[in-house]
Amino acid sequence: MKLVTAVIKPHKWEDVREALETFGVAGMTVSEVSGYGRQKGHTEVYRGAEYDIALVPKIRIEIVIDDADVDDVVGIVVKTAQTGRIGDGKVWVSPVETVVRVRTGDKDEAAL
Amino acid sequence: MDYGYHAWMLVSASLVLMMTVPALALFYGGMSRSKSVLNMMMMSFSAMGVVAIIYVLWGWSMSYGTFDPAQDIAMLINNPFENFGLDGISGQGYIFVGFQLTFAVITAALISGAVADRMKFSAWLLFVPLWVTLSYFPLAHMVWGGGFLSGVSNSLADLIFSGDGGAEVAPIDYAGGTVVHINAGIAGLLLAILLGKRLGFGKEPIKPHNLPLTMIGAGLLWFGWFGFNVGSIVFTGETDEANAEQFLSETSLVWLNTTVAAAAAILGWLLIEKIRDGKATSLGAASGVVAGLVAITPACGALSPVGSIILGLVAGATCALAVGLKYRFGYDDSLDVVGVHLVGGLVGTVGIGFLATSGGLFYGDGVKQLVVQVAVALFAMLWSAAATLIVAFGVKAVIGLRVDEDVEVDGIDFAEHGESGYDLGAAGSSRRSVLGGATASEKVKEGATA
Repeated sequence: MKLVTAVIKPHKWEDVREALETFGVAGMTVSEVSGYGRQKGHTEVYRGAEYDIALVPKIRIEIVIDDADVDDVVGIVVKTAQTGRIGDGKVWVSPVETVVRVRTGDKDEAAL
Repeated sequence: MDYGYHAWMLVSASLVLMMTVPALALFYGGMSRSKSVLNMMMMSFSAMGVVAIIYVLWGWSMSYGTFDPAQDIAMLINNPFENFGLDGISGQGYIFVGFQLTFAVITAALISGAVADRMKFSAWLLFVPLWVTLSYFPLAHMVWGGGFLSGVSNSLADLIFSGDGGAEVAPIDYAGGTVVHINAGIAGLLLAILLGKRLGFGKEPIKPHNLPLTMIGAGLLWFGWFGFNVGSIVFTGETDEANAEQFLSETSLVWLNTTVAAAAAILGWLLIEKIRDGKATSLGAASGVVAGLVAITPACGALSPVGSIILGLVAGATCALAVGLKYRFGYDDSLDVVGVHLVGGLVGTVGIGFLATSGGLFYGDGVKQLVVQVAVALFAMLWSAAATLIVAFGVKAVIGLRVDEDVEVDGIDFAEHGESGYDLGAAGSSRRSVLGGATASEKVKEGATA
């Protein structure tokens, strides 16, 4: 099992969810996060005073899936969230040891 | 006529009340940080609580009383004890007490913008009544109560250009350029300097946390300002017919001047922003509204509508530039009481000398009005500065002005009021308990067995 974590632009999140659902991903955890990469932040001006705002709002999606689906899921996220401009985000994959469904106690693949 | 005027004054006083609670509280609250929004709004609400009470006790008596020259003290104040608690004031006159009360409230509340995030609530509660007593009530008496800054004989204007039984050219302050805005602006400036800068001022981004609140506040201020300006009419006619005629024409003029000055100031402010910063901002539009209203406040009865547009444009542009002064000179006037109210008040008060249809330099009437306006503004600034310093140093000596550093870092809302402005997390962030230490669940259990 793998954990796929994607950090993407907020306005792309609905498209990504729809594409993943169509592919067959059963569930995910989504959080509103902020951060920065090469895009850095942006400047805002209030009554003539300019501020560098370091953090940019992003959406973080976390999905636990079968090893076999990893390439497809990563591909879907990249294809759907891409705008080609700086600040599109990142996707990374990490191994998962155990998953337990809280309601039934089912373990690992049965819990996905 | 009497009934109509009385009804309008009831409405006007209520409109001005709305300018403090909630309009100014919203305007300032949105501009402050989320960790200090409640304290900012509480400074307006508490000014309402404190000033309204003392206005009835000695504020009216000290400002106006029964306009009896025998009760005047050195042309600076009226006898505070003569009509203490409104003794000797008739019931019909109460609406004028109410109307003036709301002016005193908002003048004190305006100062709070300069002290965001860092003034002890107890120090604010002590500062406000002392300050209105030493600064606001005397200036109101001097300007509107027949004192040193009016046009009576031996007044400042009379000393400059003496006329027949009074000043040749009387100073013009229709609704409070000197008494309200210059006064609050000077107090804000000095209090901000005495308090010191907020931690991180000029280094960290200390930006407004909720501009929609500020926009709502600015809109409500504009609406309330119709009471402020249009309710400030003073009748001069000999007969009822003359006064009725004055009521109809003057209220119409003042309403329109108030509106177009604010409208022009929006454009003036946004133009400066677009040129200087590249963007026209919503905070700039909200600030422009207030800057224009401040400038037209003393001038709204003396200008033509076109003159008001010019004054509004100048006020919006000047104030947009003036809000940058605090970074250059290093005083933390947090929400720009100086840049908007002091500078806007000066633009309006001095602008009368140029733009007044009767007496203005641009209308070929010479410089006398201009000289008088400048002199009155300078005297008001000196009086306000002296009063503010006396009160602020007094409060500082007795209980101190500023909260501890860790309070400021964690947020003044929690430390001073035990609350936080927003609780938006889905998981919630608190456990309920009741005084005495019992938790909510224990409380419920006790209730069940009883």
